[in-house]
Amino acid sequence: MSAHDMHADHHGEEEIHVTTGGYVTGFILAVILTVIPFWLVMGNVIQDRSTAALVLGLFAAVQVVVHMYFFLHMNGKLQGGWTMMSTIFAVVFVMITLAGTLWVMFHMNTNMMPKHTDIPALSQPVATPAVEAAAAPVAESSPAAAAHTGHSSN
Amino acid sequence: MSNHTISAVGPREYHLAHEPHPENGTSLGFWLYLMSDCLIFAALFATYGVLGRSYAGGATGAELFSLPLVALNTAFLLVSSLTFGFALIQKQKGNLAGTQLWLFITGILGLCFLGVELYEFAHLMHEGLTPQSSAFGSAFFTLVGTHGLHVTFGLIWLVVLMLQLGKHGITPENNRRLMCLSMFWHFLDVVWIGVFTFVYLMGVL
Amino acid sequence: MPHDPLLGRITWDSIPMAHEPIVLWTFIAVVLGGLVVFAALTKFKLWGPLWRDWICSIDHKKIGIMYIILGIVMLLRGFADAVMMRLQQAMAFGDNLGYLPPHHYDQIFTAHGVIMIFFVAMPLVTGFMNYLIPLQIGARDVSFPFLNNFSFWMTATGAILVMVSLFLGEFSTSGWLALSNLGNQNPGVGLDYYIWALQLSGVGTTLSGINLIVTIIKMRAPGMNLMKMPVFVWTSLCTNALIVASFPILTAALVLMSMDRYFGTNFFTNELGGNPMLYVNLIWIWGHPEVYILILPCFGIFSEIVATFSKKRLFGYTSMVYATVCITVLSWLVWLHHFFTMGSGAAVNTFFGITTMIISIPTGAKIFNWLFTMYKGRIEFKPPMLWTVGFMCTFAIGGMTGVLLAVPPADFVLHNSLFLIAHFHNVIIGGVVFGLLAGINFWFPKAFGYKLNEFWGKVSFWCWLVGFWIAFTPLYILGLMGVTRRLNHFEDQSLQIWFVIAAVGVAIIACGIGAFLLQLVVSFIQRKQNRDENGDTWGSGRTLEWATSSPPPVYNFAKTPVVHDVDAWWDMKKHGYQRPLSGFEDLHMPKNTGAGFIISMIGLVLGFALIWHIWWLAIVSFAGLILATIIHTFNYNRDYYIPATEVQATEDARTQQLARHV
Repeated sequence: MSAHDMHADHHGEEEIHVTTGGYVTGFILAVILTVIPFWLVMGNVIQDRSTAALVLGLFAAVQVVVHMYFFLHMNGKLQGGWTMMSTIFAVVFVMITLAGTLWVMFHMNTNMMPKHTDIPALSQPVATPAVEAAAAPVAESSPAAAAHTGHSSN
Repeated sequence: MSNHTISAVGPREYHLAHEPHPENGTSLGFWLYLMSDCLIFAALFATYGVLGRSYAGGATGAELFSLPLVALNTAFLLVSSLTFGFALIQKQKGNLAGTQLWLFITGILGLCFLGVELYEFAHLMHEGLTPQSSAFGSAFFTLVGTHGLHVTFGLIWLVVLMLQLGKHGITPENNRRLMCLSMFWHFLDVVWIGVFTFVYLMGVL
Repeated sequence: MPHDPLLGRITWDSIPMAHEPIVLWTFIAVVLGGLVVFAALTKFKLWGPLWRDWICSIDHKKIGIMYIILGIVMLLRGFADAVMMRLQQAMAFGDNLGYLPPHHYDQIFTAHGVIMIFFVAMPLVTGFMNYLIPLQIGARDVSFPFLNNFSFWMTATGAILVMVSLFLGEFSTSGWLALSNLGNQNPGVGLDYYIWALQLSGVGTTLSGINLIVTIIKMRAPGMNLMKMPVFVWTSLCTNALIVASFPILTAALVLMSMDRYFGTNFFTNELGGNPMLYVNLIWIWGHPEVYILILPCFGIFSEIVATFSKKRLFGYTSMVYATVCITVLSWLVWLHHFFTMGSGAAVNTFFGITTMIISIPTGAKIFNWLFTMYKGRIEFKPPMLWTVGFMCTFAIGGMTGVLLAVPPADFVLHNSLFLIAHFHNVIIGGVVFGLLAGINFWFPKAFGYKLNEFWGKVSFWCWLVGFWIAFTPLYILGLMGVTRRLNHFEDQSLQIWFVIAAVGVAIIACGIGAFLLQLVVSFIQRKQNRDENGDTWGSGRTLEWATSSPPPVYNFAKTPVVHDVDAWWDMKKHGYQRPLSGFEDLHMPKNTGAGFIISMIGLVLGFALIWHIWWLAIVSFAGLILATIIHTFNYNRDYYIPATEVQATEDARTQQLARHV
């Protein structure tokens, strides 16, 4: 009877070595990468919305990498490289889902949602504020958070 | 990408002297589950991206979000990631009591996070923003709420694992479970980066 | 709908048998059949073995077989739906309204699609991957055997819900994808049956996907690097990657729709900012990878069969692998071609039209590889090879109609016409169904130890092939004439002849299914004469599963093989491999458990409670689900060892069997 026991499961199992220094470094970096975006928005530092959005996105992306490296100990060697491979696949599919959905839905809304002139009630002179309020959701509900409106898609 | 290389020279050996042991797949399997969870959040983020400005004439995020409160919540979650790391350091030293202590602190921080989030939800609903009031409301509560649900399940798992550590100690099996919970917990922090950036910060812009 | 605190929205009206004769007769048949099965199990004292050896089994071989049985049983229901539709459409012209009112007809076409995709094709494909992957990579089981069992029972739970909907309440009328503009506002139980059947089985499918990927990555025999894996394992790896990536999108889309229905949110509504097209978009981001999930394993099956029956190495192994990976990635870039007509404009439509056309290229490369494998091979036209050649002809044409539909202007004319129906049945039947039947004919002897009757196998093939073309060519013609799908009645009498021809085709397919069932029965009766004594059933097996006995022992391989080349078993035979007769060790194996079944059944109760709005039961069963899962995690005792002496005894028995039948 061979001496198989729970140690058998250790064969080939990589033990990730964690250090206090690693976690603290990651934590400090994450705090910096969080405080700056909050400050940028709460202090209204960047006037242009698109630039602000881009900067925020960049900070988020960098902080994700910080978390992956310092907290999740991600590198190209984990699980024979399969952790990295599956992460890359997942990121690609996530990007396709996000970009594809936003692109498709924005185009559909632009092409298919009625303009002011298509709605008879709106072509009349404004009688009461109630009409104005009713018209607002239809015109303003363009879907993409950062996209520009009134742009022909063709 | 197998661990064993066999020489192609010489007569072919079709069996090894002793049975090889396949590597344990729990870490990789759990990582793949987290990747699938990424895609659930991708769908929810995409939904929020499409519907996030459909206020239906009602309240907007800019009017209602309290960024200081969100900053507080972010702090709770970020610190809890650090404390979980400390728990793993104690486990690496074989110190069961130390592991349990830091896990406990992580749990408390997680509960604080949930508490603040529930308070925020109650406040928003009181102000008229509900899941039913507009598509924006639906998308907001579902995206942020799903993250909160994940945190809740993580806390239940944390308690169960603490019980199992108390019962069996730091065994290889419990070690694997701790590593999985660790991945889960940090993954939730990564998703939160997306939430506070795209929902709260950009919502207020 | 009335709501009772104890029974939710169940009322006497929920039982359709009271006023629908077709359902009543089906119920009577099911009850009688059930009683027969019950009686047989009791008489032959099979309840114990059923529980211990099958329901609780974590053996990938048993689980694979259970998946396949589930798929075949559901095939009969899905096909019955098809027959009912063909009959209705062949007779309902002008004053003749047929025998199916629209509400019933809508449930039938919905059930047909849902059952065929989720409860026939998916379980069959999963069953094959489950059975074969460990054997082909030289492993003893999958990486997570308990999860495997649990995944099967979650899938079965979804199927059970669909079957229950026949007799209590009704099924969805919104088509197999429940496009929300068709159904979201429909408050009936039908759509809820649909949602929970898919959510429960979706959990099983996703977990199974993770399981098989880790198995392929971690448990390959020594020496089997990635480019030495059988092609079926490659296609399975890509399929499971698609599953893990795409099924979460389905889960999310259905959750959002559920929230609209249960909580009054506004994701897919027409007011307060909702957008029904968002559902269409999300569901097809899942839906297109789904069809590749169905076809890729079948491409793998055909690759194995072609090489075995041409007695030649598969041509272009490397290009096959690259083609499979290309298809996997590209399948994520084409989804909009399912809704070209919904107004996204020329730029978007052009992009997706081009990507759709590009994806046909790697598929074409595969077809050429199969043909080149056959070229100058010594081909044996056993039933699996017949199915393969039938596939190549049928699928190629179906693929071409797909490329035609990929052109947006053409699709504007043909979207949601019978041309579309003919196209996807062409590729699904020609590709997936033919592949699964080929696979059954190919691997049945390995799984059960005796060969299938060849005569009835060939009859089944010819009926399917001829029947398919007679059933669906008229639909291509009707589609080009402008006839829309999902209609239960027509005014234009001149169309009727085409529908009658299609009905004749379906009758021939019915003969094909009948011949297949007969094949199973006759083979069982004649099993002793047709034993597979040797394990290498067809003589020209190339991959490792043919190295084992038929059926394989529970541990698959007494000693893990070492792999030197692609087609590992062929390589072993060429080099005069001798089975080891001694020197066995204790083998580490996972333990059977009932936890997967129990947790799944609690899930079934939860789904049922949510469908019928029985809130107290939903809360109790949800709590039960969490509790049962937690209790299971306290079980640390999940494995055991098969003693070396037992391995020796099993191997000695096989040695004697081989000696008797040299």
